[in-house]
Amino acid sequence: MNGSPDRAVVLDNVTLAYDGNPAVRNLSGAFIRGSLTAIVGPNGSGKSTLMKGMAGLLRPAAGLIRSAGQVGGTIAYLPQHAEIERGFPISVLQTVLLGHWRRIGWTGGATRKLRERAQQALAAVGLEGFERRPVETLSAGQFQRVLFARLIAQDAGLILLDEPLAAVDWRTSEDLLRLIASWQQEGRTVAAVLHDLDQVRAYFPETLLLACEPVAWGPTRDVLMPRNLRRARRVAETWSGNAGHHWTDPESWATPALQRDHRVIENKSGPLWQDGVGSDRSVR
Amino acid sequence: MTLYDLVFGPFAEFGFMRRALVGCMALALGGGPVGTLLVLRRMSLMGDALSHAVLPGAALGFIFGGLSLPAMSTGGAAAGLAVALLSGLVTRLTPLREDASFAAFYLISLALGVLLVSTHGSNLDLLHLLFGSILSVNDTALILIGVVATITLLTLAAIWRPLVVECFDPGFLRAVDGRGGLVHTIFLALVVLNLVAGFQALGTLMAVGLMMLPAAAARFWVRELCSLSAASSALGFASGFLGLLLSYHLDLPSGPSIVLVAGIAYVISVLVGPRASLRTLRLRRRWSPS
Repeated sequence: MNGSPDRAVVLDNVTLAYDGNPAVRNLSGAFIRGSLTAIVGPNGSGKSTLMKGMAGLLRPAAGLIRSAGQVGGTIAYLPQHAEIERGFPISVLQTVLLGHWRRIGWTGGATRKLRERAQQALAAVGLEGFERRPVETLSAGQFQRVLFARLIAQDAGLILLDEPLAAVDWRTSEDLLRLIASWQQEGRTVAAVLHDLDQVRAYFPETLLLACEPVAWGPTRDVLMPRNLRRARRVAETWSGNAGHHWTDPESWATPALQRDHRVIENKSGPLWQDGVGSDRSVR
Repeated sequence: MTLYDLVFGPFAEFGFMRRALVGCMALALGGGPVGTLLVLRRMSLMGDALSHAVLPGAALGFIFGGLSLPAMSTGGAAAGLAVALLSGLVTRLTPLREDASFAAFYLISLALGVLLVSTHGSNLDLLHLLFGSILSVNDTALILIGVVATITLLTLAAIWRPLVVECFDPGFLRAVDGRGGLVHTIFLALVVLNLVAGFQALGTLMAVGLMMLPAAAARFWVRELCSLSAASSALGFASGFLGLLLSYHLDLPSGPSIVLVAGIAYVISVLVGPRASLRTLRLRRRWSPS
C-alpha cells in the first residue's frame, strides 16, 4: 500500500507516543494526493502529535508512516505555538526567504529570482511593501501571514498546518483559509488541525475526526455528524479517565456528569464543539 | 604630562602594552559576534557558566605544566568543552532544562578548580588564573588569540545562517534541516575557545565580560544583526583600550579594569542609547497623547 502514486501520506496502524504516553493509537488510512483535510478532535486527542509524526519529527512507537518526504517529495510544516523569537532582529523578506532553505541551505545566496518569488509570496498574503519591516513590529495576524508566505516559498507538495488560525482575527482567518484552499487547487496535499467546525465545513472537503484513536475519516459532511462528535467526546473522556488530567481541558473534570451532554467544551482559542453540541440538542 | 603621553604614551613606550592592545582587538573581533548571538539566544548566563567551567582544566594545566600557556589553554578548552557537551547530553536525555544542567556542571567544575589550585599552588596563582595578568600576554598568547579569532570568524561565516535561524525559529530549522544540534554544539565550542583565548589577559572569570557587556550594550544602539556584531566588537575594543590605560595609570589589575569600562559603556547605553533605552522610553511617554 506504499508505492501508490495517488497517496501523499500512508498511515499503517500507527501508534504515536508522547513522553511515553500513547497519544495516537492504531491509526490507518491515507491522505490522497491533492486532498484538503481538516483534522479535528477534543483537546489532547493527539492531533498535534499526528502532525509531528507526519512531518517526520516524531518516530511512531508502532506502525509505519510513509509520507511524501520519504519518497522524494517535500513537506512544509507549520507547528502550533511556533517557538519563534518574535523580537529577533530579522526582516519580513529575510523570514520569507528562509522558505527557500532547500535550495540555498547553509551558505547559498538568495538570487534575484528567489527574491522575486519571496516578494510574490508576500503579495499573495496581502503584505506587499512589508519586505523591509522588522518582524518585531508586526501584529500577530500580520506575523501569521508572513509565516504563510514562507510556506508558499517552500513550495512543498505536502503542507501540514497545526492550528494555523489560533491567534488571528476573523479577516486574517478568512484570507488564510482562501489561501489554503488555493493550495489544493495547485495540486498540493494539505492537512490542517482546526477547532472551528464552521470553518471546516466551509473550506475542507475531507475531515479526520480524532480522539486518540480515529473516530471517522472521510467527506466532511459525513464525518461531522452529531453521532460521531458525541462518540469522539466519549472516547476522549475515557482516555482522560485512564491517563490523567492532561488529556483534556481540566474544566471537563469539574463538570457534574448530569450536565455532561449539554456542556460546551472550551479551550483558550474559543468555544469548541459548540455547534456539535448544538446539533446534538436539535437531534433530541 | 600631555594628553598624548596620557593616551598613547604607555603603548608607545612598552611592548607589553602594545601586545595587550592587539590582544584586546583580536578578542573583540571574535567576541563581538559570539556575544551578540549569546545575548539573542538568551544564553548570556551560559557564557558565564562556561567561563567558570574552564577553571579546573586551566588549573590542571598549571599543575602539570606550570605557568605555561599551551598547557593551561589546552586544559581549559578541554574542561569547557566537556562541560558544554555533558550538559548538552543531560538536557537532551532528561527533562532538566539547559540552564539548570549547565549550572550543575559549572558549579562542580568551579569547585574542582578552586580545590586544585588551593592545594597545589599559592593564592597568588589562583588570583592570576581568576583575573589574568597583562604582563603574561606574550607572543605565544597573541598568536593563540589571533588563531582563535580567525577560527571564530571563519566558522561563524560557515554556520551563520543555521545559527541565526536556530535562534529565531528553532522549530523551522528542525523541520527543514536536522543539523540544528550540530550547529549548537559548534557554537558552544566557539564560546569556549573565545573564553580560553581571553583568560590569559583577563582571567577566566573576566573573559566573559568582554564578550557579554559590549553585546548587551550594542542592543541600545543598533537593530540589525550584522550591525549588532560590529558594534559590539567596536565597543569591546574601545573598552580594552580604555581599560588598559586605566589599569596602567592607576596600577589596577587589567581584567577587571577592562570589564569595568565595558560595564560603564553598558550602563551609559541603557540610560541614553538611541534604541529603547530609558531616555527614549521616557521621551516617548512624555510625547504620547495619553
